[in-house]
Amino acid sequence: MCGIAGLIHRGKSSNVGSELQGMLQALKHRGEDSTGYALYGDTDGKNFIMRFKVGENVGEGSSSIMEDVSVYDERKKVVDQTLAEMGAKIIKEERTLPYSLRYELEYDAKDLLNFSQTIEAIPGVEILSMGKSLEVIKDLGNAKAVCDRYSLDKLVGTHAIGHARMATESGVDIKSAHPFWGYPFSDVSVVHNGQLTNYWNNRRVLENKGMRFMSECDSELIAVYIAQKMREGATLEEGMKDSLLGLDGVFTYFVATKDSLGMAKDTMAAKPLVLYESDDLVAMGSEEIAIRSVLPQEIETYDPFDGEVKVWQI
Amino acid sequence: MANLKTVSKKSKAQSMGMHTEVLTGRTQQKFFNPDEAENFYYFGTYDVDFNKRTELDVIDMTAPEANKEIDNLMSQGYGTIVIKNPQGKHSLGVGILNKLNLIFEGSLGYFGMGSCDGPIVRINGRVGWSCAENLMAGKVVIEKNAGSCFGAAIRGGDLICKGSVGARTGIDMKGGTIIIGGDAGAFTGFMMQRGRIIILGNVGINLGDSMYDGTIFVGGEIGSYGSDAVDAELTSSDQDWLKRKLKVAEIGENFDVSKMKKIVAGKKLWNYDNLEPTEKKGAI
Repeated sequence: MCGIAGLIHRGKSSNVGSELQGMLQALKHRGEDSTGYALYGDTDGKNFIMRFKVGENVGEGSSSIMEDVSVYDERKKVVDQTLAEMGAKIIKEERTLPYSLRYELEYDAKDLLNFSQTIEAIPGVEILSMGKSLEVIKDLGNAKAVCDRYSLDKLVGTHAIGHARMATESGVDIKSAHPFWGYPFSDVSVVHNGQLTNYWNNRRVLENKGMRFMSECDSELIAVYIAQKMREGATLEEGMKDSLLGLDGVFTYFVATKDSLGMAKDTMAAKPLVLYESDDLVAMGSEEIAIRSVLPQEIETYDPFDGEVKVWQI
Repeated sequence: MANLKTVSKKSKAQSMGMHTEVLTGRTQQKFFNPDEAENFYYFGTYDVDFNKRTELDVIDMTAPEANKEIDNLMSQGYGTIVIKNPQGKHSLGVGILNKLNLIFEGSLGYFGMGSCDGPIVRINGRVGWSCAENLMAGKVVIEKNAGSCFGAAIRGGDLICKGSVGARTGIDMKGGTIIIGGDAGAFTGFMMQRGRIIILGNVGINLGDSMYDGTIFVGGEIGSYGSDAVDAELTSSDQDWLKRKLKVAEIGENFDVSKMKKIVAGKKLWNYDNLEPTEKKGAI
Protein backbone atom coordinates (compact mmCIF):
# COMPACT_ATOMS: atom_id res chain seq x y z
CA MET A 1 0.00 0.00 0.00
CA CYS A 2 2.41 2.76 1.24
CA GLY A 3 1.59 6.35 2.05
CA ILE A 4 3.19 9.57 0.91
CA ALA A 5 2.98 13.08 2.24
CA GLY A 6 4.50 16.43 1.43
CA LEU A 7 4.21 20.10 2.19
CA ILE A 8 5.71 23.36 1.07
CA HIS A 9 5.59 26.70 2.85
CA ARG A 10 5.67 29.57 0.44
CA GLY A 11 7.46 32.70 1.59
CA LYS A 12 8.41 31.41 5.02
CA SER A 13 10.04 28.61 6.96
CA SER A 14 8.45 26.32 9.48
CA ASN A 15 9.15 23.30 11.61
CA VAL A 16 8.88 20.92 8.64
CA GLY A 17 10.48 18.00 10.48
CA SER A 18 7.76 17.92 13.09
CA GLU A 19 5.00 18.65 10.58
CA LEU A 20 6.03 15.83 8.26
CA GLN A 21 6.36 13.47 11.21
CA GLY A 22 2.73 14.18 12.10
CA MET A 23 1.58 13.64 8.53
CA LEU A 24 3.45 10.36 8.09
CA GLN A 25 2.45 9.05 11.49
CA ALA A 26 -1.19 9.62 10.50
CA LEU A 27 -0.51 7.33 7.53
CA LYS A 28 1.29 4.61 9.47
CA HIS A 29 -1.54 2.13 8.84
CA ARG A 30 -0.48 2.22 5.17
CA GLY A 31 2.85 0.68 6.09
CA GLU A 32 5.47 0.94 8.79
CA ASP A 33 8.22 -1.30 7.49
CA SER A 34 10.24 1.83 6.96
CA THR A 35 9.74 5.59 6.94
CA GLY A 36 11.72 8.21 5.13
CA TYR A 37 12.01 11.98 5.19
CA ALA A 38 13.39 14.38 2.60
CA LEU A 39 13.74 17.65 4.47
CA TYR A 40 14.78 20.93 2.92
CA GLY A 41 16.27 22.85 5.80
CA ASP A 42 17.31 26.45 6.19
CA THR A 43 21.05 26.61 5.51
CA ASP A 44 23.49 29.27 4.35
CA GLY A 45 23.89 27.32 1.11
CA LYS A 46 27.69 27.32 1.24
CA ASN A 47 28.43 23.72 2.13
CA PHE A 48 27.11 20.41 0.91
CA ILE A 49 25.27 18.14 3.30
CA MET A 50 25.90 14.50 2.58
CA ARG A 51 23.76 11.90 4.31
CA PHE A 52 25.12 8.41 3.79
CA LYS A 53 25.10 4.98 5.26
CA VAL A 54 27.90 2.49 5.79
CA GLY A 55 25.62 -0.42 6.60
CA GLU A 56 22.03 -1.49 7.07
CA ASN A 57 19.72 -1.53 10.05
CA VAL A 58 19.63 -5.23 10.87
CA GLY A 59 17.06 -4.91 13.63
CA GLU A 60 13.78 -6.74 13.91
CA GLY A 61 11.96 -7.09 10.61
CA SER A 62 14.98 -6.26 8.51
CA SER A 63 15.77 -8.37 5.46
CA SER A 64 19.44 -7.37 5.58
CA ILE A 65 22.33 -9.61 6.47
CA MET A 66 23.93 -9.10 9.88
CA GLU A 67 27.41 -7.58 9.73
CA ASP A 68 30.07 -7.06 12.35
CA VAL A 69 29.75 -3.42 13.47
CA SER A 70 33.51 -2.99 13.08
CA VAL A 71 33.09 -2.96 9.28
CA TYR A 72 31.16 0.30 9.62
CA ASP A 73 34.21 2.01 11.09
CA GLU A 74 36.39 0.56 8.35
CA ARG A 75 34.06 1.87 5.66
CA LYS A 76 33.88 5.28 7.30
CA LYS A 77 37.66 5.51 7.30
CA VAL A 78 37.77 4.75 3.58
CA VAL A 79 35.07 7.38 2.93
CA ASP A 80 37.02 9.99 4.90
CA GLN A 81 40.19 9.15 3.02
CA THR A 82 38.43 9.25 -0.37
CA LEU A 83 36.84 12.61 0.44
CA ALA A 84 40.25 14.02 1.33
CA GLU A 85 41.71 12.72 -1.93
CA MET A 86 38.92 14.45 -3.85
CA GLY A 87 39.53 17.72 -2.04
CA ALA A 88 36.35 17.62 0.03
CA LYS A 89 36.85 19.00 3.54
CA ILE A 90 34.66 17.70 6.34
CA ILE A 91 33.39 20.75 8.24
CA LYS A 92 31.05 18.92 10.58
CA GLU A 93 30.47 15.26 11.26
CA GLU A 94 27.50 13.61 12.97
CA ARG A 95 27.08 9.91 13.52
CA THR A 96 23.57 9.38 14.77
CA LEU A 97 23.74 5.61 14.49
CA PRO A 98 26.67 3.28 13.80
CA TYR A 99 25.56 2.87 10.19
CA SER A 100 24.21 6.36 9.48
CA LEU A 101 26.24 9.53 9.06
CA ARG A 102 25.80 13.18 8.19
CA TYR A 103 28.70 15.26 6.88
CA GLU A 104 28.87 18.92 6.07
CA LEU A 105 31.37 19.24 3.28
CA GLU A 106 33.28 22.14 1.87
CA TYR A 107 33.63 20.98 -1.69
CA ASP A 108 33.78 22.61 -5.08
CA ALA A 109 31.52 20.15 -6.87
CA LYS A 110 32.29 20.26 -10.57
CA ASP A 111 31.06 16.76 -11.27
CA LEU A 112 28.67 15.34 -8.72
CA LEU A 113 28.25 12.18 -10.80
CA ASN A 114 31.95 11.38 -10.55
CA PHE A 115 31.97 12.32 -6.86
CA SER A 116 29.07 9.99 -6.08
CA GLN A 117 30.43 7.15 -8.15
CA THR A 118 33.77 7.38 -6.35
CA ILE A 119 32.20 7.34 -2.89
CA GLU A 120 29.73 4.59 -3.73
CA ALA A 121 32.49 2.46 -5.22
CA ILE A 122 33.39 1.75 -1.59
CA PRO A 123 31.58 -1.52 -0.78
CA GLY A 124 28.63 -1.11 1.57
CA VAL A 125 28.48 2.68 1.24
CA GLU A 126 25.47 4.49 -0.20
CA ILE A 127 24.84 8.21 -0.38
CA LEU A 128 21.27 8.85 0.73
CA SER A 129 21.35 12.49 -0.31
CA MET A 130 23.72 15.17 -1.42
CA GLY A 131 22.71 18.78 -1.52
CA LYS A 132 22.97 22.20 0.01
CA SER A 133 19.53 22.07 1.56
CA LEU A 134 18.25 18.49 1.17
CA GLU A 135 18.67 15.85 3.84
CA VAL A 136 17.25 12.35 3.28
CA ILE A 137 16.76 10.37 6.45
CA LYS A 138 15.25 6.92 6.20
CA ASP A 139 15.21 3.90 8.41
CA LEU A 140 13.08 0.99 9.55
CA GLY A 141 10.00 1.65 11.66
CA ASN A 142 7.16 4.14 11.68
CA ALA A 143 7.41 7.91 11.36
CA LYS A 144 7.67 8.63 15.07
CA ALA A 145 10.31 5.97 15.64
CA VAL A 146 12.50 7.31 12.83
CA CYS A 147 11.90 10.93 13.86
CA ASP A 148 12.89 10.18 17.45
CA ARG A 149 15.90 8.14 16.39
CA TYR A 150 17.30 10.98 14.27
CA SER A 151 15.89 13.94 16.28
CA LEU A 152 14.12 15.39 13.25
CA ASP A 153 11.34 17.21 15.05
CA LYS A 154 13.38 20.40 15.47
CA LEU A 155 14.36 20.75 11.82
CA VAL A 156 13.25 24.06 10.34
CA GLY A 157 12.89 24.50 6.60
CA THR A 158 10.61 25.38 3.73
CA HIS A 159 9.41 22.05 2.38
CA ALA A 160 9.55 18.31 2.83
CA ILE A 161 8.33 15.04 1.39
CA GLY A 162 8.09 11.66 3.07
CA HIS A 163 7.03 8.08 2.75
CA ALA A 164 5.58 5.36 4.97
CA ARG A 165 6.42 2.03 3.36
CA MET A 166 4.81 -1.35 3.24
CA ALA A 167 7.45 -3.44 1.48
CA THR A 168 6.14 -5.27 -1.59
CA GLU A 169 8.55 -5.07 -4.51
CA SER A 170 11.78 -5.36 -2.55
CA GLY A 171 13.18 -6.03 0.90
CA VAL A 172 12.72 -4.36 4.26
CA ASP A 173 15.91 -2.35 4.34
CA ILE A 174 17.14 1.22 4.17
CA LYS A 175 18.34 0.95 0.58
CA SER A 176 14.78 0.15 -0.58
CA ALA A 177 13.16 2.78 1.59
CA HIS A 178 11.98 6.07 0.16
CA PRO A 179 12.70 8.93 -0.48
CA PHE A 180 15.18 8.35 -3.25
CA TRP A 181 17.80 10.91 -4.06
CA GLY A 182 17.64 12.13 -7.68
CA TYR A 183 21.22 10.98 -8.24
CA PRO A 184 23.42 12.72 -9.28
CA PHE A 185 21.51 15.98 -8.95
CA SER A 186 22.02 18.07 -5.90
CA ASP A 187 18.88 18.54 -3.77
CA VAL A 188 16.45 16.35 -5.78
CA SER A 189 14.34 13.71 -4.02
CA VAL A 190 11.37 11.47 -4.88
CA VAL A 191 8.68 9.51 -3.04
CA HIS A 192 6.21 7.20 -4.72
CA ASN A 193 3.04 5.26 -4.01
CA GLY A 194 2.17 2.65 -6.58
CA GLN A 195 3.71 0.03 -8.80
CA LEU A 196 5.72 0.44 -11.99
CA THR A 197 5.41 -2.37 -14.49
CA ASN A 198 8.16 -1.45 -16.96
CA TYR A 199 10.89 -1.10 -14.36
CA TRP A 200 13.41 -3.50 -15.84
CA ASN A 201 13.09 -2.18 -19.41
CA ASN A 202 13.62 1.38 -18.24
CA ARG A 203 16.39 0.38 -15.87
CA ARG A 204 18.39 -1.27 -18.66
CA VAL A 205 18.06 1.81 -20.86
CA LEU A 206 19.03 4.19 -18.06
CA GLU A 207 21.96 2.09 -16.88
CA ASN A 208 23.27 2.13 -20.44
CA LYS A 209 23.19 5.92 -20.19
CA GLY A 210 25.39 5.83 -17.07
CA MET A 211 22.73 6.16 -14.37
CA ARG A 212 23.00 4.11 -11.16
CA PHE A 213 20.44 2.07 -9.24
CA MET A 214 21.10 1.17 -5.63
CA SER A 215 18.09 -1.07 -5.01
CA GLU A 216 15.59 -3.18 -6.89
CA CYS A 217 12.74 -1.00 -5.69
CA ASP A 218 10.63 0.11 -8.67
CA SER A 219 10.15 3.53 -7.12
CA GLU A 220 13.82 4.33 -7.49
CA LEU A 221 13.19 4.34 -11.24
CA ILE A 222 11.19 7.57 -10.95
CA ALA A 223 14.10 9.44 -9.37
CA VAL A 224 16.54 8.10 -11.94
CA TYR A 225 14.13 8.66 -14.85
CA ILE A 226 13.54 12.31 -13.99
CA ALA A 227 17.20 12.91 -13.19
CA GLN A 228 18.09 11.58 -16.64
CA LYS A 229 15.51 13.87 -18.29
CA MET A 230 17.02 16.81 -16.41
CA ARG A 231 20.49 15.76 -17.55
CA GLU A 232 19.16 15.93 -21.09
CA GLY A 233 18.02 19.50 -20.49
CA ALA A 234 14.39 19.14 -19.40
CA THR A 235 12.96 21.19 -16.57
CA LEU A 236 11.57 19.38 -13.56
CA GLU A 237 8.00 19.85 -14.78
CA GLU A 238 8.88 18.68 -18.30
CA GLY A 239 10.56 15.60 -16.88
CA MET A 240 7.54 14.82 -14.78
CA LYS A 241 5.13 15.23 -17.69
CA ASP A 242 7.32 12.97 -19.80
CA SER A 243 7.21 10.34 -17.06
CA LEU A 244 3.45 9.96 -17.49
CA LEU A 245 4.16 8.37 -20.87
CA GLY A 246 7.49 6.74 -20.10
CA LEU A 247 6.49 5.00 -16.88
CA ASP A 248 3.93 2.22 -17.06
CA GLY A 249 1.81 1.20 -14.10
CA VAL A 250 -0.09 2.99 -11.39
CA PHE A 251 1.50 5.75 -9.41
CA THR A 252 1.29 8.97 -7.54
CA TYR A 253 4.64 10.53 -6.78
CA PHE A 254 6.21 13.70 -5.40
CA VAL A 255 9.47 15.27 -6.48
CA ALA A 256 11.19 18.01 -4.55
CA THR A 257 14.11 20.24 -5.46
CA LYS A 258 15.89 22.98 -3.55
CA ASP A 259 13.11 25.46 -4.20
CA SER A 260 10.13 23.51 -5.51
CA LEU A 261 7.74 20.66 -4.89
CA GLY A 262 5.85 18.73 -7.56
CA MET A 263 3.27 15.96 -7.85
CA ALA A 264 2.28 13.64 -10.68
CA LYS A 265 -0.54 11.17 -11.01
CA ASP A 266 -0.79 8.37 -13.56
CA THR A 267 -3.31 8.46 -16.39
CA MET A 268 -5.63 5.98 -14.68
CA ALA A 269 -5.63 7.87 -11.37
CA ALA A 270 -5.36 4.54 -9.63
CA LYS A 271 -3.47 5.79 -6.61
CA PRO A 272 -4.89 8.23 -4.10
CA LEU A 273 -3.85 11.77 -3.40
CA VAL A 274 -5.58 14.55 -1.51
CA LEU A 275 -4.37 18.09 -1.98
CA TYR A 276 -4.72 21.34 -0.09
CA GLU A 277 -3.47 24.51 -1.73
CA SER A 278 -3.37 28.07 -0.43
CA ASP A 279 -1.18 31.12 -1.04
CA ASP A 280 1.22 30.28 1.77
CA LEU A 281 0.99 26.51 2.12
CA VAL A 282 0.50 23.41 -0.01
CA ALA A 283 -0.01 20.13 1.82
CA MET A 284 -0.77 16.77 0.27
CA GLY A 285 -0.95 13.15 1.21
CA SER A 286 -2.37 9.77 0.37
CA GLU A 287 -5.23 10.43 2.76
CA GLU A 288 -6.88 13.52 4.17
CA ILE A 289 -5.95 12.57 7.73
CA ALA A 290 -2.33 13.35 6.86
CA ILE A 291 -3.28 16.93 5.98
CA ARG A 292 -5.47 17.16 9.08
CA SER A 293 -2.45 16.61 11.27
CA VAL A 294 -1.13 20.04 10.22
CA LEU A 295 -4.44 21.74 9.38
CA PRO A 296 -7.11 20.57 11.81
CA GLN A 297 -9.56 23.33 10.84
CA GLU A 298 -12.09 22.84 8.05
CA ILE A 299 -10.33 23.42 4.73
CA GLU A 300 -10.90 22.95 1.02
CA THR A 301 -9.21 19.81 -0.30
CA TYR A 302 -9.50 17.88 -3.54
CA ASP A 303 -8.19 14.91 -5.49
CA PRO A 304 -6.02 15.83 -8.48
CA PHE A 305 -7.28 14.25 -11.71
CA ASP A 306 -5.69 11.55 -13.84
CA GLY A 307 -2.50 12.55 -15.63
CA GLU A 308 -2.17 15.74 -13.60
CA VAL A 309 1.23 17.31 -12.92
CA LYS A 310 1.68 20.29 -10.62
CA VAL A 311 4.77 22.11 -9.40
CA TRP A 312 4.95 24.78 -6.70
CA GLN A 313 7.81 27.11 -5.81
CA ILE A 314 8.76 28.16 -2.27
CA MET B 1 -36.00 -25.75 -9.82
CA ALA B 2 -39.08 -27.19 -8.11
CA ASN B 3 -42.55 -26.04 -9.11
CA LEU B 4 -42.94 -23.15 -6.70
CA LYS B 5 -46.71 -23.08 -6.91
CA THR B 6 -47.18 -26.61 -5.60
CA VAL B 7 -44.34 -27.33 -3.18
CA SER B 8 -44.42 -26.83 0.61
CA LYS B 9 -43.38 -23.51 2.16
CA LYS B 10 -40.10 -24.88 3.39
CA SER B 11 -39.16 -26.32 0.02
CA LYS B 12 -40.33 -23.12 -1.64
CA ALA B 13 -38.11 -20.98 0.58
CA GLN B 14 -35.20 -23.34 -0.03
CA SER B 15 -35.71 -23.33 -3.77
CA MET B 16 -35.83 -19.56 -3.81
CA GLY B 17 -32.68 -19.27 -1.73
CA MET B 18 -34.63 -17.36 0.94
CA HIS B 19 -32.85 -18.78 3.91
CA THR B 20 -29.72 -17.82 5.74
CA GLU B 21 -26.81 -19.86 6.92
CA VAL B 22 -25.30 -19.07 10.31
CA LEU B 23 -21.72 -20.21 10.19
CA THR B 24 -20.97 -20.23 13.91
CA GLY B 25 -20.10 -23.61 15.28
CA ARG B 26 -22.28 -26.07 13.44
CA THR B 27 -23.85 -24.77 10.28
CA GLN B 28 -27.50 -23.89 10.84
CA GLN B 29 -30.15 -22.85 8.38
CA LYS B 30 -33.02 -20.50 9.13
CA PHE B 31 -36.04 -20.57 6.87
CA PHE B 32 -38.27 -17.68 5.95
CA ASN B 33 -41.94 -18.21 6.73
CA PRO B 34 -44.22 -15.83 4.81
CA ASP B 35 -46.94 -16.25 7.51
CA GLU B 36 -44.68 -14.57 10.07
CA ALA B 37 -43.92 -11.53 7.94
CA GLU B 38 -45.40 -9.16 10.53
CA ASN B 39 -42.92 -10.45 13.10
CA PHE B 40 -39.97 -9.57 10.97
CA TYR B 41 -38.05 -6.39 11.56
CA TYR B 42 -35.09 -4.96 9.72
CA PHE B 43 -32.09 -5.88 11.84
CA GLY B 44 -30.23 -2.87 13.16
CA THR B 45 -33.10 -0.40 12.83
CA TYR B 46 -34.89 1.70 15.43
CA ASP B 47 -37.92 3.94 15.71
CA VAL B 48 -36.49 7.42 15.70
CA ASP B 49 -37.96 10.91 16.01
CA PHE B 50 -36.53 13.40 13.51
CA ASN B 51 -37.32 16.24 15.95
CA LYS B 52 -35.16 14.66 18.60
CA ARG B 53 -31.74 16.13 17.88
CA THR B 54 -28.29 15.72 19.40
CA GLU B 55 -24.64 16.44 18.70
CA LEU B 56 -21.71 14.05 18.85
CA ASP B 57 -18.10 15.23 18.92
CA VAL B 58 -15.92 12.43 17.50
CA ILE B 59 -12.55 14.16 17.70
CA ASP B 60 -11.18 11.71 20.25
CA MET B 61 -13.06 8.66 18.99
CA THR B 62 -11.96 5.93 16.63
CA ALA B 63 -14.29 5.18 13.71
CA PRO B 64 -15.75 2.04 15.35
CA GLU B 65 -16.39 3.99 18.55
CA ALA B 66 -18.09 6.80 16.65
CA ASN B 67 -20.24 4.40 14.63
CA LYS B 68 -21.23 2.51 17.76
CA GLU B 69 -22.24 5.77 19.42
CA ILE B 70 -24.36 6.77 16.41
CA ASP B 71 -26.10 3.41 16.71
CA ASN B 72 -26.55 3.96 20.42
CA LEU B 73 -28.11 7.39 19.84
CA MET B 74 -30.53 5.94 17.28
CA SER B 75 -31.51 3.27 19.79
CA GLN B 76 -32.45 6.14 22.13
CA GLY B 77 -34.73 7.55 19.45
CA TYR B 78 -32.57 10.41 18.16
CA GLY B 79 -33.57 11.05 14.55
CA THR B 80 -31.25 13.99 13.88
CA ILE B 81 -27.59 13.63 14.77
CA VAL B 82 -24.90 16.23 14.11
CA ILE B 83 -21.35 14.89 14.03
CA LYS B 84 -18.68 17.38 15.05
CA ASN B 85 -14.97 17.19 14.14
CA PRO B 86 -14.88 14.14 11.86
CA GLN B 87 -11.38 15.35 10.83
CA GLY B 88 -11.12 13.15 7.75
CA LYS B 89 -11.53 9.90 9.68
CA HIS B 90 -12.23 6.79 7.62
CA SER B 91 -15.35 4.62 7.65
CA LEU B 92 -17.62 6.99 9.54
CA GLY B 93 -21.38 6.49 9.30
CA VAL B 94 -21.19 3.04 7.75
CA GLY B 95 -23.94 0.44 7.84
CA ILE B 96 -26.82 2.70 8.91
CA LEU B 97 -30.03 0.90 7.94
CA ASN B 98 -32.34 3.50 9.46
CA LYS B 99 -34.25 6.57 8.51
CA LEU B 100 -32.06 9.25 10.03
CA ASN B 101 -30.98 12.86 9.50
CA LEU B 102 -27.24 12.74 9.83
CA ILE B 103 -25.11 15.87 9.46
CA PHE B 104 -21.31 15.88 9.43
CA GLU B 105 -19.73 19.23 10.32
CA GLY B 106 -16.47 18.57 8.47
CA SER B 107 -14.78 16.17 6.09
CA LEU B 108 -14.71 12.37 5.98
CA GLY B 109 -11.90 10.05 4.90
CA TYR B 110 -12.29 6.81 2.98
CA PHE B 111 -15.41 4.62 2.90
CA GLY B 112 -17.67 7.18 4.59
CA MET B 113 -21.37 6.24 4.63
CA GLY B 114 -20.68 2.79 3.16
CA SER B 115 -23.43 0.16 2.93
CA CYS B 116 -26.22 2.44 4.14
CA ASP B 117 -29.92 1.93 3.58
CA GLY B 118 -32.18 4.88 4.26
CA PRO B 119 -30.47 7.81 6.00
CA ILE B 120 -30.53 11.39 4.76
CA VAL B 121 -26.96 12.61 5.12
CA ARG B 122 -25.36 16.00 4.64
CA ILE B 123 -21.57 16.31 4.76
CA ASN B 124 -20.41 19.90 5.14
CA GLY B 125 -16.95 19.09 3.89
CA ARG B 126 -15.12 16.76 1.54
CA VAL B 127 -15.15 12.97 1.33
CA GLY B 128 -12.31 10.58 0.48
CA TRP B 129 -12.35 7.46 -1.70
CA SER B 130 -15.35 5.18 -1.98
CA CYS B 131 -17.95 7.39 -0.34
CA ALA B 132 -21.36 5.74 0.05
CA GLU B 133 -20.19 2.48 -1.47
CA ASN B 134 -23.11 0.04 -1.81
CA LEU B 135 -25.70 2.67 -0.86
CA MET B 136 -29.11 1.01 -1.05
CA ALA B 137 -31.50 3.87 -0.28
CA GLY B 138 -31.50 7.37 1.14
CA LYS B 139 -29.73 10.54 0.15
CA VAL B 140 -26.13 11.62 0.71
CA VAL B 141 -25.15 15.22 -0.08
CA ILE B 142 -21.51 16.35 -0.08
CA GLU B 143 -21.04 20.10 -0.03
CA LYS B 144 -17.42 20.08 -1.29
CA ASN B 145 -15.32 17.64 -3.35
CA ALA B 146 -15.11 13.86 -3.33
CA GLY B 147 -12.35 11.35 -3.98
CA SER B 148 -12.24 8.43 -6.40
CA CYS B 149 -14.69 5.53 -6.59
CA PHE B 150 -17.50 7.84 -5.50
CA GLY B 151 -20.69 5.78 -5.21
CA ALA B 152 -19.04 2.49 -6.13
CA ALA B 153 -21.58 -0.31 -6.59
CA ILE B 154 -24.55 1.68 -5.27
CA ARG B 155 -27.91 -0.03 -5.66
CA GLY B 156 -30.23 2.87 -4.97
CA GLY B 157 -30.66 6.28 -3.40
CA ASP B 158 -29.31 9.65 -4.43
CA LEU B 159 -25.65 10.51 -4.05
CA ILE B 160 -24.86 14.16 -4.67
CA CYS B 161 -21.50 15.94 -4.74
CA LYS B 162 -21.70 19.68 -5.22
CA GLY B 163 -17.98 19.92 -6.07
CA SER B 164 -15.76 17.73 -8.24
CA VAL B 165 -15.07 14.03 -7.91
CA GLY B 166 -12.09 11.78 -8.69
CA ALA B 167 -11.76 8.79 -11.00
CA ARG B 168 -14.09 5.78 -11.41
CA THR B 169 -17.21 7.49 -10.11
CA GLY B 170 -20.13 5.06 -10.12
CA ILE B 171 -17.92 2.09 -10.86
CA ASP B 172 -20.01 -1.08 -10.93
CA MET B 173 -23.16 0.82 -9.89
CA LYS B 174 -26.35 -1.20 -10.02
CA GLY B 175 -28.99 1.45 -9.45
CA GLY B 176 -29.68 4.84 -7.92
CA THR B 177 -28.53 8.25 -9.08
CA ILE B 178 -25.19 10.03 -8.76
CA ILE B 179 -25.16 13.79 -9.35
CA ILE B 180 -21.94 15.80 -9.67
CA GLY B 181 -21.99 19.59 -9.67
CA GLY B 182 -18.40 19.99 -10.88
CA ASP B 183 -16.05 17.81 -12.92
CA ALA B 184 -15.47 14.04 -12.79
CA GLY B 185 -12.27 12.08 -13.40
CA ALA B 186 -11.31 9.19 -15.68
CA PHE B 187 -13.33 5.99 -16.05
CA THR B 188 -16.56 7.52 -14.77
CA GLY B 189 -19.30 4.88 -14.94
CA PHE B 190 -16.78 2.09 -15.42
CA MET B 191 -18.68 -1.22 -15.72
CA MET B 192 -21.90 0.38 -14.50
CA GLN B 193 -24.86 -1.95 -14.71
CA ARG B 194 -27.86 0.21 -13.93
CA GLY B 195 -28.70 3.64 -12.58
CA ARG B 196 -27.92 7.14 -13.74
CA ILE B 197 -24.99 9.50 -13.42
CA ILE B 198 -25.35 13.24 -14.00
CA ILE B 199 -22.23 15.39 -14.36
CA LEU B 200 -22.74 19.11 -14.88
CA GLY B 201 -19.06 19.81 -15.58
CA ASN B 202 -16.38 18.10 -17.63
CA VAL B 203 -15.50 14.44 -17.44
CA GLY B 204 -12.18 12.66 -18.00
CA ILE B 205 -11.10 9.91 -20.34
CA ASN B 206 -12.81 6.54 -20.89
CA LEU B 207 -16.29 7.62 -19.88
CA GLY B 208 -18.62 4.67 -19.40
CA ASP B 209 -15.96 2.13 -20.22
CA SER B 210 -17.42 -1.40 -20.44
CA MET B 211 -20.80 -0.26 -19.16
CA TYR B 212 -23.52 -2.91 -19.30
CA ASP B 213 -26.48 -0.61 -18.94
CA GLY B 214 -27.53 2.62 -17.24
CA THR B 215 -27.30 6.19 -18.46
CA ILE B 216 -24.76 8.98 -18.08
CA PHE B 217 -25.62 12.64 -18.67
CA VAL B 218 -22.76 15.12 -19.16
CA GLY B 219 -23.05 18.90 -19.25
CA GLY B 220 -19.44 19.75 -20.14
CA GLU B 221 -16.66 18.29 -22.24
CA ILE B 222 -15.90 14.57 -22.45
CA GLY B 223 -12.22 13.51 -22.38
CA SER B 224 -12.96 10.37 -24.37
CA TYR B 225 -15.51 7.57 -24.57
CA GLY B 226 -14.72 4.19 -23.14
CA SER B 227 -15.30 0.87 -24.83
CA ASP B 228 -19.03 0.21 -25.44
CA ALA B 229 -20.15 3.75 -24.51
CA VAL B 230 -22.09 5.60 -27.20
CA ASP B 231 -24.17 8.76 -27.56
CA ALA B 232 -27.95 8.51 -27.39
CA GLU B 233 -30.75 10.94 -28.11
CA LEU B 234 -31.67 13.22 -25.21
CA THR B 235 -35.46 13.00 -25.10
CA SER B 236 -37.90 15.47 -23.60
CA SER B 237 -38.70 13.02 -20.82
CA ASP B 238 -34.97 12.82 -20.07
CA GLN B 239 -34.90 16.60 -19.78
CA ASP B 240 -37.92 16.65 -17.49
CA TRP B 241 -36.34 14.02 -15.29
CA LEU B 242 -33.02 15.90 -15.20
CA LYS B 243 -34.72 19.18 -14.22
CA ARG B 244 -36.68 17.46 -11.49
CA LYS B 245 -33.66 15.60 -10.17
CA LEU B 246 -31.39 18.65 -10.14
CA LYS B 247 -34.01 20.62 -8.28
CA VAL B 248 -34.48 17.95 -5.66
CA ALA B 249 -30.71 17.66 -5.35
CA GLU B 250 -30.42 21.43 -4.71
CA ILE B 251 -27.85 21.61 -7.46
CA GLY B 252 -27.83 23.23 -10.88
CA GLU B 253 -31.49 24.12 -10.75
CA ASN B 254 -31.02 26.66 -13.54
CA PHE B 255 -28.71 24.45 -15.59
CA ASP B 256 -29.65 24.21 -19.26
CA VAL B 257 -30.29 20.47 -19.45
CA SER B 258 -31.22 20.62 -23.14
CA LYS B 259 -27.52 20.87 -24.04
CA MET B 260 -26.48 17.83 -22.04
CA LYS B 261 -25.06 14.75 -23.73
CA LYS B 262 -26.58 11.37 -23.03
CA ILE B 263 -24.33 8.32 -23.02
CA VAL B 264 -25.52 4.72 -22.90
CA ALA B 265 -24.14 1.22 -23.47
CA GLY B 266 -23.64 0.54 -27.16
CA LYS B 267 -24.48 -3.13 -26.87
CA LYS B 268 -27.08 -4.77 -24.65
CA LEU B 269 -25.88 -7.92 -23.04
CA TRP B 270 -27.66 -11.13 -23.99
CA ASN B 271 -30.50 -11.94 -21.57
CA TYR B 272 -29.46 -9.01 -19.37
CA ASP B 273 -33.07 -8.05 -18.60
CA ASN B 274 -33.92 -11.52 -17.29
CA LEU B 275 -31.99 -11.27 -14.07
CA GLU B 276 -34.97 -12.07 -11.87
CA PRO B 277 -36.77 -15.25 -12.90
CA THR B 278 -40.51 -14.74 -13.27
CA GLU B 279 -41.09 -17.78 -11.08
CA LYS B 280 -39.64 -15.90 -8.13
CA LYS B 281 -41.79 -12.85 -8.74
CA GLY B 282 -44.91 -15.01 -9.03
CA ALA B 283 -44.20 -16.84 -5.82
CA ILE B 284 -43.76 -13.62 -3.85
